[in-house]
Amino acid sequence: MIDFVGKKSWFFLASGIIIVVGIISLAVFGLRPGVDFVGGTSMTLQFISPSSPVEQSQLRQEIADLGYGKASIRNAEGDFIVHLKGIVSAEEGKKLAQELGEKLGCEVKMTNPYSASPAVGAETARSAGIAVVIAAVAMLLYIAWAFRRMPKPFRWGICAIIALIHDVFIIVGIFSILGWLAGVEVDAMFITGLLAVVGYSINNTVVIFDRIRENVSRHINPDFSVTVNSSIVETLGRSLNTALTTLFVILALFLFGGASIHYFVLVLFLGVIIGTYSSLCISSQLLVVWEKGEWDTLLPFAKKPA
Amino acid sequence: MRRRGIYLLIFILALLGLSLWSILPVHTNLLGEHGLKLGLDLKGGSYLVYQADLSELGPDENPSEVMKGIKKAIERRIGRLGLSQPIVQAQKQGGEHSIAIQLPGATESEVTEVKKKMVALITFKEQDEEGNWVPAKGTANGEELTLTSRYFEENTEVRLDQLNTPLVVFHWDETGRELSEQITSRLIDKQLAIYLGNKPLLGKDGHPIAPVVRGIIRENGQIEGLSLDDAQELCDLLNAGRIPVPLGTWEGEGESRVFKPNVPFYERSVDPTLGADSIKKSMLAIEIGVALLLLFMILYYRLPGFIACLSLGIYGVILLAIFDLFDITLNLPGVAGFILSLGMAVDANILIFERAKEELRAGRTLAAAAGAGFNRAWTAIRDSNITTFIACAVLLWFGTKLGAFMVSGFAITLFIGVALSMFTAIVITRTLLRLIMGSGVVTDLAAYGVKK
Repeated sequence: MIDFVGKKSWFFLASGIIIVVGIISLAVFGLRPGVDFVGGTSMTLQFISPSSPVEQSQLRQEIADLGYGKASIRNAEGDFIVHLKGIVSAEEGKKLAQELGEKLGCEVKMTNPYSASPAVGAETARSAGIAVVIAAVAMLLYIAWAFRRMPKPFRWGICAIIALIHDVFIIVGIFSILGWLAGVEVDAMFITGLLAVVGYSINNTVVIFDRIRENVSRHINPDFSVTVNSSIVETLGRSLNTALTTLFVILALFLFGGASIHYFVLVLFLGVIIGTYSSLCISSQLLVVWEKGEWDTLLPFAKKPA
Repeated sequence: MRRRGIYLLIFILALLGLSLWSILPVHTNLLGEHGLKLGLDLKGGSYLVYQADLSELGPDENPSEVMKGIKKAIERRIGRLGLSQPIVQAQKQGGEHSIAIQLPGATESEVTEVKKKMVALITFKEQDEEGNWVPAKGTANGEELTLTSRYFEENTEVRLDQLNTPLVVFHWDETGRELSEQITSRLIDKQLAIYLGNKPLLGKDGHPIAPVVRGIIRENGQIEGLSLDDAQELCDLLNAGRIPVPLGTWEGEGESRVFKPNVPFYERSVDPTLGADSIKKSMLAIEIGVALLLLFMILYYRLPGFIACLSLGIYGVILLAIFDLFDITLNLPGVAGFILSLGMAVDANILIFERAKEELRAGRTLAAAAGAGFNRAWTAIRDSNITTFIACAVLLWFGTKLGAFMVSGFAITLFIGVALSMFTAIVITRTLLRLIMGSGVVTDLAAYGVKK
């Protein structure tokens, strides 16, 4: 039998490192906020047969020279997604494209103009944030109720929620890194993707908790950690198959879907993998540590010699 | 037991038939005109939001009523453009009354036309000491008010003078008369400029129209210098479907807050051809993904996997019928909700089969394993899905309350998808599994993925 519980310290360590790296990246670089969050205008610029390939830095310079300020630019399959700080109307955007075309000596097509006042973004983020917090509390209460026959049911709920926060932190950290590596901006779709991940993660954890609950009631082993491990192993087939089937659809969308949903699908993709990992390797193990009060086993180095 | 199974089967088939009947005939890949209703982010089009400046509203005027009036006015104005299914909504976003306009499938030039129609008011402006144009204000009903077309009677008309020059002739209402008298009396021999939204009204010679006041204006006034077409268009804007307050964007906070008329608070356009392209790609991707998923289920779970495919097929048909029935618009977040719920629908089946397999390995009979597999998977399905329901309900409530349409779009499809996936698992998969496993037609355990 695979020992998921015995290796818990290593899982905690691995997750801890990833989360710390993510938090450092967040603290240093932050996230690159898209139009949804800071306002301004974004548009897709398509360069039709330029004499020489257009460079991102060159484009940034030209836009600044035209008086549109410092733009944030991302390359999307040969087209450029440009995010200007100020609000530019669709008509002005077309003018900008035309001026760029004259400077670079090719035809420039402007599509998908999108502008929002800064207030929209702050509000979207706030409302999504409040919704997630309330949803998390409500789910915690339900899990505590569903596991009310277990001693200390609130611990189950809290462990499930910690696993969920773990998933969210890792994904936000990855996107912070992608932000400075590839200029990836986070937008409203990113938040939606996170919401989907939250739903998936909690669902997965509850299925394993359900099996632990059943095995505890059947008294299969007096040692809680053995019970938890057999529960994880018994549900392993289901966990992996469910993740795999969901990934089929997501992977197909990632490979064949359009460029506009690329990063959104990436959130889902990462979410399913990390959500599965955290339900197999984090949430139940936390429960074991808490139930047994062995806080010194959280990290491998802290382990006292037996 | 058998009889109940047969009844359930009849019920399932009836439901399937009903759903098929409601979504057929299927046009253009389930999408487009007669298929699923797609959001602007998928099929292309524009989404515009304007905030309203209600600061000069009288104390007896109800903001919600005013907004309702504006919504109707805009509907009437846009209606004349002949766009397909524009949607205008009055909403409260971030504490501000605003108007949201959805223009599905609208092209760039159509959007420009619509934006022109958002110009609400003619504002009269005078020059301050430094020569800047500032709104001309007067006092009426004990309040300081700006002189605008809000105080026109709804009988503005275009007339031609002796030289065939078009004039826009308007009449002041009671408040307007008071304001106009005060303002024109102090502006004698000075200019009074006319602004449409945030821009000066331009005459046919291309210059701003800013006549010099020759006498006190009380009852009515006229605007000269426009071409006949422009005069007629302006007249239309001022009469039918009048917008009594400026629409635009509030900028800044607290005291330093300024209103920018005619600047949309939010504007998003997706090119319809690009939208169609991304839809085609995503549909193909989902088809490939689902095909792989079904193949995997059959190869791994064998006969039960095949049953899962049947019940997932029925799930898909009923889901489309529900989308159709409740007129649900599918946007990108909705697609995310759909994929997640599909995952959960498959999950419910997998939970049952894994359990049934365990029971078969433990040596139970086929019929007993089918029953036990379901019964013991049930608590996991129930608890995991109820947790998702709770999240959905909270997100839906907040999304709707705060106007975050992407949050609610996600929550609605996920909610429907998960509810339906529970139904599929409890009713369809269970019935089919019982009938087939219980019938004794296939007794080879290998067909159930159990190694002997």
